[in-house]
Amino acid sequence: MLAIARQRMLGQSFKKILPAVSVLRSYSSAAKQITVREALNSALDEEMSADPKVFLMGEEVGEYQGAYKITKGLLEKYGPERVLDTPITEAGFTGIGVGAAYCGLKPVVEFMTFNFSMQAIDHIINSAAKSNYMSAGQISVPIVFRGPNGAAAGVGAQHSQCYAAWYASCPGLKVLSPYNSEDARGLLKAAIRDPDPVVFLENELLYGESFPVSDEVLDSSFCLPIGKAKIEREGKDVTITAFSKMVGYALKCLSTSMSNAKQNLSGEKLEDEPGDSGSHAAEMLEKDGIYAEVINLRSIRPLDRSTINASVRKTNRLITVEEGFPQHGLGAEICASVVEESFSYLDAPVERIAGADVPMPYAANLERMAVPQVEDIVRAAKRACYRSVPLAATA
Amino acid sequence: MNGASCAAKISTQPFSLNPTSPTSHDNPLVSPKPTSLFLGSTRKLRLSSSSKLNLHRRSGTVVAVSDVVKQKKSKSTPSLLITKEEGLELYEDMILGRAFEDMCAQMYYRGKMFGFVHLYNGQEAVSTGFIKLLKQQDSVVSTYRDHVHALSKGVPARAVMSELFGKTTGCCRGQGGSMHMFSREHNLLGGFAFIGEGIPVATGAAFTSKYKREVLKEADCDHVTLAFFGDGTCNNGQFFECLNMAALWKLPIVFVVENNLWAIGMSHLRATSDPQIYKKGPAFGMPGIHVDGMDVLKVREVAKEAIGRARRGEGPTLVECETYRFRGHSLADPDELRDPGSHLNPFFSQVQKCHLIQCRAASLAAEKAHYAARDPITALKKYLIENSLASEADLKAIDKKIDEVVEDAVEFADESPVPSRSQLLENVFADPKGFGIGPDGRYRCEDPKFTEGTAHV
Repeated sequence: MLAIARQRMLGQSFKKILPAVSVLRSYSSAAKQITVREALNSALDEEMSADPKVFLMGEEVGEYQGAYKITKGLLEKYGPERVLDTPITEAGFTGIGVGAAYCGLKPVVEFMTFNFSMQAIDHIINSAAKSNYMSAGQISVPIVFRGPNGAAAGVGAQHSQCYAAWYASCPGLKVLSPYNSEDARGLLKAAIRDPDPVVFLENELLYGESFPVSDEVLDSSFCLPIGKAKIEREGKDVTITAFSKMVGYALKCLSTSMSNAKQNLSGEKLEDEPGDSGSHAAEMLEKDGIYAEVINLRSIRPLDRSTINASVRKTNRLITVEEGFPQHGLGAEICASVVEESFSYLDAPVERIAGADVPMPYAANLERMAVPQVEDIVRAAKRACYRSVPLAATA
Repeated sequence: MNGASCAAKISTQPFSLNPTSPTSHDNPLVSPKPTSLFLGSTRKLRLSSSSKLNLHRRSGTVVAVSDVVKQKKSKSTPSLLITKEEGLELYEDMILGRAFEDMCAQMYYRGKMFGFVHLYNGQEAVSTGFIKLLKQQDSVVSTYRDHVHALSKGVPARAVMSELFGKTTGCCRGQGGSMHMFSREHNLLGGFAFIGEGIPVATGAAFTSKYKREVLKEADCDHVTLAFFGDGTCNNGQFFECLNMAALWKLPIVFVVENNLWAIGMSHLRATSDPQIYKKGPAFGMPGIHVDGMDVLKVREVAKEAIGRARRGEGPTLVECETYRFRGHSLADPDELRDPGSHLNPFFSQVQKCHLIQCRAASLAAEKAHYAARDPITALKKYLIENSLASEADLKAIDKKIDEVVEDAVEFADESPVPSRSQLLENVFADPKGFGIGPDGRYRCEDPKFTEGTAHV
């Protein structure tokens, strides 16, 4: 490998990557806030420090500090043998990562977005996911494929697809999708330590968002279990399952005040709220006396069916929210699972909220219509609770 | 310089053959001179031993195998390429490959083997020539035509045969099959069905060897990886991606092209703009070598150089072995397109068709006959006997021994049990319950040992 010796010889002081305390809010609890970006960066840093077999590869992860700055400072700290800038050859370098994992190293392969993983999907599925099975346990593949997934803002059809459903349908892969900083840190550390191939679906729009984290989360040994969902908010009337950005939409935003959303009790269409209209669905429902239980899936495969079913047995109504295409999506799988296991507990048909069944348009207003919004979740919840006239299913 | 002018000869050889013409099966790579000696060849190629590859030097020159051989021969009186032990080892390995594959064909037609089975008859010299030079820790990555690579690398014939029968005693417990032979113990990293898929995996294995030496400081780690693949794969994107990265990062890998001139029924010449594959190496900054893949001793000489280069850290090499498969692409392939008399373009007139059929038939029959006459096993046998390295009796003893080995493998496979029902769901994940749950039933992340290795931030 061509060592970028000049970096070392310039005598730059190494930038320490600290789990940064970006803002200390003046709450009595003095909870630290870190962005998802800092959470991912610190997780990578700590895992690379703890295990010399962990290395990063991807486009622009080194000298450019990461296309989304997730790997900032890591090249300086660990050197070019462990933070590899690759040529633009997804199929090639993903295969190289898989081959390295076959031989005992622990690569973390970054895709600039998961859309580009389609060029490498043969390796993710055929040589990573299936290898432990085909070799009857002789060859395990401790690799992590990570990168932003789903829609960003105005990036068009080829940069906006959500791949959760595709990867989650493949046995041999574990698929994780974090929402907040705690999820990001804990799940990425678990993924890197896991001896199996893990697809780690982040979200570009969440990278800059700050979330409060406890001291336990900031500890370098912190890990979250794979295969366990989290109940972000307890409720009793309807269960809402979501992952990644959609969790935020389903939840109440803690640090902003309640909005003055205009609505009438028959649940007619609300006015579009500019700015922080995200994260108010549960709040809005509360005003109507509907207490929603929000489940943050965290782990798409294996899906935490027991948590979901337990919740549905409690609330008797289910809404699944996802950003991706509706057909054969996550909502379909969760609905089937609930129908199989908790059919007699359901008081209403399961509602699926998904992205529109079209390639992502570019125009801002069309894009907004193609991705689920808070109002859609609220409307679905009300339908499930029979508080409004059921709308005809959209195409 | 002799080499350069000869290299120039090769690269400027006129390629006026119309790829759609049925007479284009005159393979320019086949020496037109019929009486090439077993060890001599009219091809002169030179290996570039220069390790000073800088970014501007794009043409690694091509190697002279026969030169090496001739030099050695002229140094002292009878100086042979191999010792008796080596010769017998090579012979035994090739006979094992051939006998095993023939038995596979028999078993397939009896219904004991099923699915896709791709046989290696005729190409044994490549596998034996390369793999017998490796250590156990060196890795081999192959394609779906991997039975003989597995056998050469040391996987027992019993384990391979059981795997093909789909029994639980197979090397992959019956879960892989013909196209997916894996062995951790022998460092056989597959067995891939998609062509080109194994090349990046092999490059990754080579990367690991370098990483272990440089980052993990295992100073004596000089493991080499061999990637075997065919002529069709050389048109695939992943091949070029890996040539680039292997040369860029100077990885200890040898890319071995088993050019048997045919995909399934698609001739290499119809599919490739420049059929001389070895020329693609220098385009990426590594030496490209062409060798007669029907001659195990020549292959072995080239392999020694290429593997030696990789072991010394001088980077990758591309070796094109001109070889031939005596059977069809797979046991399900009726092998019509390489056979005379298959159907032709319907737009040709009757007269044209007759003429073309005759020409094509003639050239295809000639092609098959040409390679059948160069059977690597017959050639090695002749060499051993002529140079008094072994007697007929020795070789017959080996033949008999291998027959017994293969018969025993079949018996073993026949008697082995099929996988049990519970095996269906096993081995999906390395993590036994596949849910982040350890063998003791608790979440792995709650186990204090899980966080061993404190991070210094």
